[in-house]
Amino acid sequence: MKSKWWIIGLSVALLLAIISPIASKFPDGLDRFAEDHEFVDKAVEPAFAVVPDYSFPGITNEATATIIAGILGTLILFGFAFGLASLLKSKHEA
Amino acid sequence: MHIPDGFLSASVAAATGVIAVAAIAVAVKETNKRMGEKQVPMMGVLAAFIFAAQMLNFPVAGGTSGHFVGAALAAILLGPWATVLILSSVLVVQSLVFQDGGLLALGANITNMGLIAAFSSYYIYKGIDILFKNSKGGTLAGAGVGAWFSVVLASLACAAELSLSGTSPWVIAIPAMGGVHMLIGVGEGLITVAVLSLIMATRADLLKLQVA
Repeated sequence: MKSKWWIIGLSVALLLAIISPIASKFPDGLDRFAEDHEFVDKAVEPAFAVVPDYSFPGITNEATATIIAGILGTLILFGFAFGLASLLKSKHEA
Repeated sequence: MHIPDGFLSASVAAATGVIAVAAIAVAVKETNKRMGEKQVPMMGVLAAFIFAAQMLNFPVAGGTSGHFVGAALAAILLGPWATVLILSSVLVVQSLVFQDGGLLALGANITNMGLIAAFSSYYIYKGIDILFKNSKGGTLAGAGVGAWFSVVLASLACAAELSLSGTSPWVIAIPAMGGVHMLIGVGEGLITVAVLSLIMATRADLLKLQVA
């Protein structure tokens, strides 16, 4: 148990991804400012879309699509940052 | 606070891109010096937690929401340079996979939510922590105040970038962005203090992993 604190940490992150459909749908501070001051239309659509708006494509249930997108991103980031840190550690120890 | 493409001028996007690349290069060098066995999973957990927590927008006044940034929490746990790497990882994945934050605006987003948020929160936290002689209350107060400033200063940098790009005049952008983020920053402070209190109560040894 003691050595596996990071499994608990990752589980908490995955739990947050699972409850992510409860997030406020209001625009965030920057988006709201852009809407209020009428420059929101300046935003250009991304050249490509993988999982746009945190909604996994092809899933009709909105909450499910958000949860899958959230879990995917959480795992990608755990793996990416863990891998990056391992790389930096091995360089250091070499 | 993720800037989409289209809001920034080419010169602002390029200048912040150079700042971000330089910051990441220094961060790799600095983090490399003291990255150890225990820090590796902490990097992974923080990146995962920050990504997931950033999805959870919370409502603030007047039909506006805000979300956790996480730079202060990461800076307190692993130090500001490691935080630059963590937030850059999160922002790159958000931009490439989730189309949250523009590709050309990535440099600005890393500068604001990575670099500026990490260093401002870290030194404010350190200052207050030392002032209160590293007592538990002082540590938590420093964390909360540092987290609040990290969000407000990042939002002011964002406003400055929009103004320099000719997207919104200074007199409008600075008070509008700063004002709403003074509220959002309270959420950042509360979440940061809550997570740190939990770690203090359960695994206080994890508070001593700062690398760079």
